[in-house]
Amino acid sequence: MENIVTFSQLLKVTDRHKKRICEVFCELESHMLEKSREEIRNLALRNLNVMKSSIKDGLKNFGISPSGMSGEDSQKILKRYRNADNLPFNSLIGKILTYSIAISEENQRMGRIVACPTAGSCGILPSVITAYTEEYGFSEEGQIDALITAGVIGKIAAQQMPLAGAVAGCQAECGVASAMAAGAAVDLMRGNNEQVVHAAALALKNVMGLVCDPVAGLVEVPCIKRNGFLAVHAVTASEMALAGVQSFIPPDEVVQAVKQAGVLMSPMLKESSEAGLAVTDTAKQIVKDVLNM
Amino acid sequence: MRYISIFDIIGPIMIGPSSSHTAGAIRMGLFARKIFGKKPEKVIFKLYNSFAKTGRGHGTDKGILGGILGFDVSDAGIKHSFDFAREQGVDYSFEYLTMDYRHPNSVDIIFLNETGQELMKISANSLGGGEVQISKIDDFSTDIRGDYPVLILVYKDRQGVLSKVSGLIQEQGVNIASLNCERKEKYKEAVMTISLDSILPDETIEEIKKLPDMYLVRNIERLEE
Repeated sequence: MENIVTFSQLLKVTDRHKKRICEVFCELESHMLEKSREEIRNLALRNLNVMKSSIKDGLKNFGISPSGMSGEDSQKILKRYRNADNLPFNSLIGKILTYSIAISEENQRMGRIVACPTAGSCGILPSVITAYTEEYGFSEEGQIDALITAGVIGKIAAQQMPLAGAVAGCQAECGVASAMAAGAAVDLMRGNNEQVVHAAALALKNVMGLVCDPVAGLVEVPCIKRNGFLAVHAVTASEMALAGVQSFIPPDEVVQAVKQAGVLMSPMLKESSEAGLAVTDTAKQIVKDVLNM
Repeated sequence: MRYISIFDIIGPIMIGPSSSHTAGAIRMGLFARKIFGKKPEKVIFKLYNSFAKTGRGHGTDKGILGGILGFDVSDAGIKHSFDFAREQGVDYSFEYLTMDYRHPNSVDIIFLNETGQELMKISANSLGGGEVQISKIDDFSTDIRGDYPVLILVYKDRQGVLSKVSGLIQEQGVNIASLNCERKEKYKEAVMTISLDSILPDETIEEIKKLPDMYLVRNIERLEE
């Protein structure tokens, strides 16, 4: 079996075999990693279970972080959305927002998480899969399929550019995470392969140019709340794709455009904390406080 | 190009918040502990540059100490590694330094005995995404990344050591992926690092230990992702 490098290649292969993306990749990963298909699915399940524990841990362990910048926002949203009647977001979106921020807060306090694709963007995909499952009752097998589908989107992006804020900005971390979650949501809602890929492209192209400017170099501001925003962003992209909306720019070209934006982005805006939010007056004060911690 | 798996994207399972500053730090500590070979009595960590500036906020200090104590990147105990070190009687301290010529995320790990005598110094860099590199053992340059099982030898430089060692490896039918030798000066201390396609059996290690003037022999498994 040959590796699959681009989205167009992915769609050709899935069309030819009349299979879903997750089915094709279960076979490809099994071949490449020299493991049985069952082992591949078990690996995915193990990751899925850790994702769910990090949501639980995040909701349980709230408290202000040592820097004072984060730690209690998931609790605030949880309280507001305990009853979603008469609120602008329904219970699904309320949960996505709560869970994504809860996991990111747990990541900040040295809890156990699954990087997806990175630690800084670890709240986005798990919140979407878990909230959809709770609201629509998807099976464990269905969730594993969605996780694999999301992994494929991240993998295809990663073959074009490193998924690191220091190399390509936050578009490559939270942006790609959102694209992965959008694809997972389409897969869960039983959209077709083309819709999965277009949901990913729509999510990704609408965060193109997103910089990585963490205050005091910490994975807190703007990272934690951004996980919430980009988890909901994934739902928007998936719903557009499920309605039949396509990215006018083909998915592979979107990835190339994001890659180029990453190259053109100033190194000062790529995880070095030398510009943007990281050099505001408030951020400078935090830097002083953190150094004296 | 190496195959990028979906599990490189969704994974690793790790203790947050940062793959380079937390997971990388844990793996550096774990690797250094394996090279040192036992629980140390006393250890000094010199953190450089970004590690020095943002390390505390990222738990770099807890991570690297946790690694020294034998915790892996997904062990929830990492958060409490200061307490575990005290319980286990491991004395530790940190220094925070800035040095332009050093890698942005680097550390010196100095192992000492109870009386404060230096036993071994290991320098390491966190390369991003949790990948690490052991760049120096004592004063010898190395490039060990934990991506293969590795044999590390410190010995007295003399003729024929390489051929004896490679002969013993060949007897096991183990393939050598890469090899590096460095010495301070002729007939003085030298370091050899050999990356292998699979780990050597204990019998071979015992044979290598019997070679004349072998000061240190370490047979280290590939680092878990």
